[in-house]
Amino acid sequence: MASLDSKIPAGPLKDKWTNHKNNINLVNPANKRLIDVIVVGTGLAGGSAAATLAELGYNVKAFCYQDSPRRAHSIAAQGGINAAKNYQGDGDSTYRLFYDTVKGGDYRSREANVYRLAEVSGNIIDQCVAQGVPFAREYGGLLDNRSFGGVLVSRTFYAKGQTGQQLLLGAYSAMNRQIARGKIEMFNRHEMLDLVIVDGKARGIIARNLVTGEIERHSAHAVVIASGGYGNVYYLSTNAMGSNVTAAWKTHKRGAYFANPCFTQIHPTCIPRSGDYQSKLTLMSESLRNDGRIWVPKKLEDVEAIRAGKLKPTQIAEEDRDYYLERRYPAFGNLVPRDVASRAAKERCDAGYGVNATSEAVYLDFQSAIERYGREQAKVQNINNPSHDKIIELGEKVVEAKYGNLFQMYEKITDENPYKTPMMIYPATHYTMGGVWVDYNLMTTVPGCYAIGEANFSDHGANRLGASALMQGLADGYFVLPYTIGDYLADDIRTGKIPTDTPEFDEAEKAVLERIDFFVNNKGSKSVDHFHKRLGKVMWDKVGMSRNEQGLKEAIEEIRQIREEFWKEVRVPGSSEGMNTELEKAGRVADFLELGELFAKDALERTESCGGHFREESVEEDGPQKGEAKRDDANFTFVSAWEYKGDPKDAVLRKEELKYENIELKQRSYK
Amino acid sequence: MNLTLKIWRQPNAKATGKMETYNVTDISEHMSFLEMLDVLNEQLVASGDEPVAFDHDCREGICGMCSLHINGEPHGPDRGVTTCQLHMRQFKDGDTIHIEPFRAKAFPIVKDLVVDRSAFDRIQHAGGYISVNTSGNTQDANAIPIPKDDADEAMDAATCIGCGACVASCKNASAMLFVSAKVSQYALLPQGQVEAKDRVLNMVDQMDKEGFGNCTNTGACEVECPKGISIENIARLNREYLSATITND
Repeated sequence: MASLDSKIPAGPLKDKWTNHKNNINLVNPANKRLIDVIVVGTGLAGGSAAATLAELGYNVKAFCYQDSPRRAHSIAAQGGINAAKNYQGDGDSTYRLFYDTVKGGDYRSREANVYRLAEVSGNIIDQCVAQGVPFAREYGGLLDNRSFGGVLVSRTFYAKGQTGQQLLLGAYSAMNRQIARGKIEMFNRHEMLDLVIVDGKARGIIARNLVTGEIERHSAHAVVIASGGYGNVYYLSTNAMGSNVTAAWKTHKRGAYFANPCFTQIHPTCIPRSGDYQSKLTLMSESLRNDGRIWVPKKLEDVEAIRAGKLKPTQIAEEDRDYYLERRYPAFGNLVPRDVASRAAKERCDAGYGVNATSEAVYLDFQSAIERYGREQAKVQNINNPSHDKIIELGEKVVEAKYGNLFQMYEKITDENPYKTPMMIYPATHYTMGGVWVDYNLMTTVPGCYAIGEANFSDHGANRLGASALMQGLADGYFVLPYTIGDYLADDIRTGKIPTDTPEFDEAEKAVLERIDFFVNNKGSKSVDHFHKRLGKVMWDKVGMSRNEQGLKEAIEEIRQIREEFWKEVRVPGSSEGMNTELEKAGRVADFLELGELFAKDALERTESCGGHFREESVEEDGPQKGEAKRDDANFTFVSAWEYKGDPKDAVLRKEELKYENIELKQRSYK
Repeated sequence: MNLTLKIWRQPNAKATGKMETYNVTDISEHMSFLEMLDVLNEQLVASGDEPVAFDHDCREGICGMCSLHINGEPHGPDRGVTTCQLHMRQFKDGDTIHIEPFRAKAFPIVKDLVVDRSAFDRIQHAGGYISVNTSGNTQDANAIPIPKDDADEAMDAATCIGCGACVASCKNASAMLFVSAKVSQYALLPQGQVEAKDRVLNMVDQMDKEGFGNCTNTGACEVECPKGISIENIARLNREYLSATITND
């Protein structure tokens, strides 16, 4: 059994990282050339790590399943990246970013990791600007900021509604420089299918070339997993179609504990489902909640009229609108954290106030913002007594400058004009706080195997604040891993190249080939998507926004049944040679069918409610927080790290106790 | 709606491809184009045939993977959208839809509708970056003010998703819009000035080596670009290139 030592350095919180960097081992620049590192996944975390490690002199091999590293799903992040620069002079600081993140995570993250994140956040912005990332600027030429959910300061830097793409292009450009120098060998259209362990250390991967179908062996002195989150276990999520848990899950099966799988984030503002054919859900950035106001009609007869097409939302008077977030949470209003906003939307929709045919939609309305901006612009432009139409015209221009591409995206999908009628939105699976367990050095319980970005569990606790994922990905890849991995690799300066013709590689490759052979030869009757959709439905219905004991037990049973049937009935046409998209999907869904069960088991085990994990049995009964999630700090202030034992039902729970030395655990109130 | 689909099938890079005809029924106008192809693929898998292979990932218009030539236009008949953002309300019951891969010598076909766009990556390797290491000690992000207009224009150029529709729409299969968008972003920002000359010369050089055609100011690229990248960027690229050629030592 591997130890769950988080390896948090001693000393005061604000000095831990500095002292750690000063004391860890370094690798001589000439020796770095003798060391190979594999990075799986080229999103913000993987891309920045690959670029930085290559700059430092290591030989890097990077892998992605798409046709270019710049396709990673980090590009889809819209709203922004947090950093404690306090450019707005509104009270921000490293400490406050740290505190907001721990509180936002509902006190289930590791203090030291989060503090470090806040500490390096400012440098991330400096680095990105130096790389040529075109952040939005004010008229004075300086960087602009906006607010995000769960905080009272404006600390989010953004690039229109495309911050993720711009940051990823920054990391990608840094990678390109290293690829040109020959320091990164890039393997596009390759998928990692297993981790190879030699003498107890991660020493390589088995990868499939998705174009030729060939199985390849790649060795290294350390392996970095940066493969993103597992939201697609729900089939419908805001993730890309190819996003999967395979790389992370394979490391779990090889000994890396998987932590807090039940902590998943459901984002409150996504475009609602339009039908059964839906293949994914589209995110509407949280930044819209800076200006949009969320509401449902107060009167049920208005709701009915809207659904029947007899009434338009614009015809409903202000006093007949229930701005329920502003009503329930005066201090934070529409900018409450995502888990709070999602549950509030579900509450109103379950009560019958949902504004579309399936009662799964609420309004995100920009009318007040358009009017406010219009009046402000009229003043700036010295227009006296502007007409209402003029105000609207000016206001719409401002909104377009801020959110233009998001509004266009919405219109293309729904065929409705969000400048003239409120957007319809509904919660959807978006991010996974859970992931592979890592210590302070971002190393998993498998020596030499690291996990960074969304693939690991570390910094967001039970709920991630908006604009923090981008921050964590880049912090891990640019500023944390390159130091901590050096400490481990200092022992490998004399090891020499790791050979791939050893029994361990033989065994791993054989297992991969067997699984592939099974899929292409199985005489099944149902497509991979059939099983994926069934799994997704069970997960959403019983392991979604609101969970209870009975539902979770049923979910576990149903997932087991679906998995059993999958291995009997899955049909994968074509052969293992050449490109075979159904074969790719089969492998990923097979892993989701195991993760899903562990996820439900984790949710069953954790009987408290915290962050994105809401147990109906654990709710505040009365007082000002009535109906809100009720934590059980006495019994659950720990990280659930699961050890693989074959069948998900046999996974063993290891607890990492969380000690808070610098923060007092409080009821998380946003009222 | 019921539709007839004529789709390019090609088993691998070396094989000869051809158009095949398929039928799909009961397609909702709210479906996206790729969701409609998913319906076709489920049918094909159910009958034991191989589904049509096409690139896709984010299905929200930002990753640049999806790349279908639909009824003669890259990304189909709608403006300002990628293939995955195209919705079936753009078509009507009884329509025949032609679907082919992006066609260019520099984008060899991999299988069916999947093409190899690594030429774009190689152009980026040649100079699409600023040479700054990750040190954490770069100067404060606000140290150099950048006029809002320049920042906004750089952002406009930077919205390029590298899908290749510009190449596919151009009768010369020129990559000038793509290269100019990348060069422009850095040309408009002070951080990009130091290496501006080498950057433009190297990137254009690589572009030529890849076998893309030359620009004859047709302008189809700008029309088809899902992100609305302007051909003013091409004008800027030409200026940068000329200036670099004349003044470089």
